[in-house]
Amino acid sequence: MIALLMRDLRLAVRAGGGFGLGLAFFLIVTVMVPFSVGPESDLLSRIAPGVLWLGALLSCLLSLDRLLALDWEDGSLDLLATAPLPLEAVVSVKALAHWITTGLPLVLAAPLLGVLLNLPVEGFKWVVISLLLGTPALSVIGTFGAALTVGLKRGGLLLSLLVMPLYVPTLIFGAEAARRGALGMGVETPLLMLAGISAAVIALMPFASAAVLRINLR
Amino acid sequence: MSLNVSDLKVSRGGLPVLEGISFSLPAGRALILRGPNGIGKTTLLRCIAGLQPPLAGVIAGGDEQIAYAAHSDGLKPALTVAENLAFWASVFGAASIEPALEAYNLTQLRDRPAGALSAGQKRRLGLSRMLVTGRAIWVMDEPTVSLDRDSVALFADAVRGHLATGGAALIATHIDLGLDADVLDVGPYKAKPLALDDFDGGFL
Repeated sequence: MIALLMRDLRLAVRAGGGFGLGLAFFLIVTVMVPFSVGPESDLLSRIAPGVLWLGALLSCLLSLDRLLALDWEDGSLDLLATAPLPLEAVVSVKALAHWITTGLPLVLAAPLLGVLLNLPVEGFKWVVISLLLGTPALSVIGTFGAALTVGLKRGGLLLSLLVMPLYVPTLIFGAEAARRGALGMGVETPLLMLAGISAAVIALMPFASAAVLRINLR
Repeated sequence: MSLNVSDLKVSRGGLPVLEGISFSLPAGRALILRGPNGIGKTTLLRCIAGLQPPLAGVIAGGDEQIAYAAHSDGLKPALTVAENLAFWASVFGAASIEPALEAYNLTQLRDRPAGALSAGQKRRLGLSRMLVTGRAIWVMDEPTVSLDRDSVALFADAVRGHLATGGAALIATHIDLGLDADVLDVGPYKAKPLALDDFDGGFL
């Protein structure tokens, strides 16, 4: 399992691995928002947590279609399925590698980009914490979507449509926690809901992903 | 250790392609599958490798024993030859990749990115993966595609070495490998077309 994680991380940072794709997209979205909203720093600081969350979610979505498709195309998914690793472990490790290469950089970049959006000072901490709790769920749900659409040529559209509704609860509670944090209100409820969602999908989703992957590999 | 297949029926895309396949593959023996294109050799091998369930029949003795080599080699072009092989070695728990590199004459190429290899070299790297799996039954689908004559000989030597150590091999190929092997022509086992009232079965 560690070998698979190291391989995926190595592939991500090598040429053509797509590391930084999500990060660059996140940067573009958040840099462009102030231009499109106009010079209203009050408005900007009010929408900043939501914009950061939406940007993170879309960047995550952007990198999903490579998650399993590359392994499927070169045949290594078939070989992994016949290897001694259980497929549940394979998809969990894939999701972890996706989070390390996509989710974690987004969490680390969010405070910097928060400055551009005039995020209130109290908000920085809660944006980071909510993203830290929420992005693993995005990766795990995304892996499920990637498993559903593996084998479809240009399955990106279907993948986005399938994953979007599953992302909604994470987005609602994540953005709500960040917003309340930025306004100095209590954040316990949305944060606990967010943590609950993450814990549940990390525990349950790999079984669903492995099951649909088995069917798709037939 | 012996692979026993009895009365196997396999389907592709919901339609049965082969039925009534039975054979036994004891340790130390190789079985060559032959048959025209599209008859279902790949489907049969994928089924035996556990990638898809059979429609009917029993596959016994193959649990956690089978190493499968597909049409594609599962190589990552951005990783070097040694890194590609070392990954599979650690997945299967093999200690060293050196014997596998030597068996397929890849030692010189070990630091070359797999993306920069020729088709035949890629295939050799793909086949060398079988040596690090440490599994007893090799199930291989057209392993000699794009190999030159010398490399086919290397491959035949590797299979012979595997059989000599008590392994077994099930190989779909049209090339004469010079192995002392049984041949199973799957042509006569072509599944009969479905009757119309069975049609819903195709969607299950």
